[in-house]
Amino acid sequence: MKPTLRKFAPVILIVGVFVFWEFFCLAAGISELVLPRPTRILAAFFEYAPAIWPHAWQTLYTTLVGFTFGVMIGLSLGVLIGSSKLAYDTAYPLLVGISSIPKVAVVPILVLWFGAGTVPAILTAMIICIFPIVVNVSTGIATVEPELEDVMRSLKAKRWEMLWNVGLPRSMPYFFASLKVAITLSFVGSVIAETVASNKGVGNMMLIASSSFNVPLVFAGLMILAIMGITLYAIFSVVERRMVGWALRK
Amino acid sequence: MSNARFVELEDVGVTFGEGPEQTEALQPTSLTVERGDFLAFVGPSGCGKSTILKLVSELLRPTTGNIFFGGRELGAKPVRVGMAFQSASLLPWMSVRDNVMLPLKIVPPFKAGFRKKKHGEYLERANALLEQVGLEDFADKSPWQLSGGMMQRANLCRALIHDPDILLLDEPFGALDQFTREELWQTLQDLWIDRKSTVMLVTHDLREAAYLANRICVMSPRPGRIIDDRQVSFARPRPIDLTFEPDFVTLVQELRGLIVHAPKARKVDAT
Repeated sequence: MKPTLRKFAPVILIVGVFVFWEFFCLAAGISELVLPRPTRILAAFFEYAPAIWPHAWQTLYTTLVGFTFGVMIGLSLGVLIGSSKLAYDTAYPLLVGISSIPKVAVVPILVLWFGAGTVPAILTAMIICIFPIVVNVSTGIATVEPELEDVMRSLKAKRWEMLWNVGLPRSMPYFFASLKVAITLSFVGSVIAETVASNKGVGNMMLIASSSFNVPLVFAGLMILAIMGITLYAIFSVVERRMVGWALRK
Repeated sequence: MSNARFVELEDVGVTFGEGPEQTEALQPTSLTVERGDFLAFVGPSGCGKSTILKLVSELLRPTTGNIFFGGRELGAKPVRVGMAFQSASLLPWMSVRDNVMLPLKIVPPFKAGFRKKKHGEYLERANALLEQVGLEDFADKSPWQLSGGMMQRANLCRALIHDPDILLLDEPFGALDQFTREELWQTLQDLWIDRKSTVMLVTHDLREAAYLANRICVMSPRPGRIIDDRQVSFARPRPIDLTFEPDFVTLVQELRGLIVHAPKARKVDAT
């Protein structure tokens, strides 16, 4: 395959999927109530744009606030757990246990405690993204090569000097990799919380649209979520490449 | 401080574990190392060679006995140690030069002025050392852009930049091919002649020990003890061709014989 073709192959595939979707719906005569065509979704997106924006902002806002808190908590917990063998061995089983609970199931509890609206959405976005960060950062710090540790210890490096000079920089690739996972999970969290208990946000908008059988609007909501998710993922990919390019050997 | 008894091990023994799973890594051993000497430890794997280095660098505490450094008990006054292992373990997010400068950031008294001096005095110090080992053109490269031999050169620089009282090398050239290894022997010899550091080298390459060291200690299989301790008096600087001289070959064969015919490990009653 030619290099240029190789570069554009993913774009061609994505466009191809949409074109196939469009023509499949047309050819099979699928009702708009079941699966609207991409052009109809796009039309709905522009038609309802003024109504969509406030919801999109709300979702972006809850996601980013929850994500920011999640990153701060996740990073500190990860450093704390990773920098001590005892803490790592003690806390790891609990972490794995908690992270295997479907966080979605926590939403009703949060609503019970904080009422419907913005707060449970932020908290869900936060809780859902803490664990991948904690697990990654603590693993990055805890798996420093024993030889390197011996070199540092023979230099009589203190604990925080070890952490600052070796542990933290070493865990950064793990951290940025987990950020990409975490931001997409945060979206999942806030949208689900909005769907269950909120009168604002894309999740809520999609719920209302589907109850009034406005299926193109439901799909338009899906589209705006995809756009926001992909954009943030791309931003973190760029940040990752700039910050920890050494791990990718670039 | 006394030069003849720079490092002194007094009946130092190491035992790992407790109860029935107890293993003796090092039988009570006594040893004195002169300041500026180049000492090599050879012996079968698992004989406690590395244990001795870990004792001197305070990574490990002896189960029995005492270690003195410059006449004082180890731990009384911080001993500046330079250490290098078989894996170069350079930090991949730093340039080669910054890797070499790492000890200056951590070891007193250098660390006090690190922020100010890292662009001046320390930078020159690192550059001079890198030039001495032939890495001046690779100072700004990332470690992974270096070959295995170059990584070990940088590793040696990192072990020496803070003027350690003692240089501890644990099979530093074990993973290199023969030609690269011999090149690095010469580099290390030049560095030693230049700095007259005290070196303790652990190796299982008998030619390496015979070429580099002033004194060779042969160790028995686990639990380790020193079964032979001899001086090596070839004139310095030693050319690499020395390794083909009859005297050299005889020495290597003798060392080999000592290790092959060493008494097998036996249970020793603690007395």
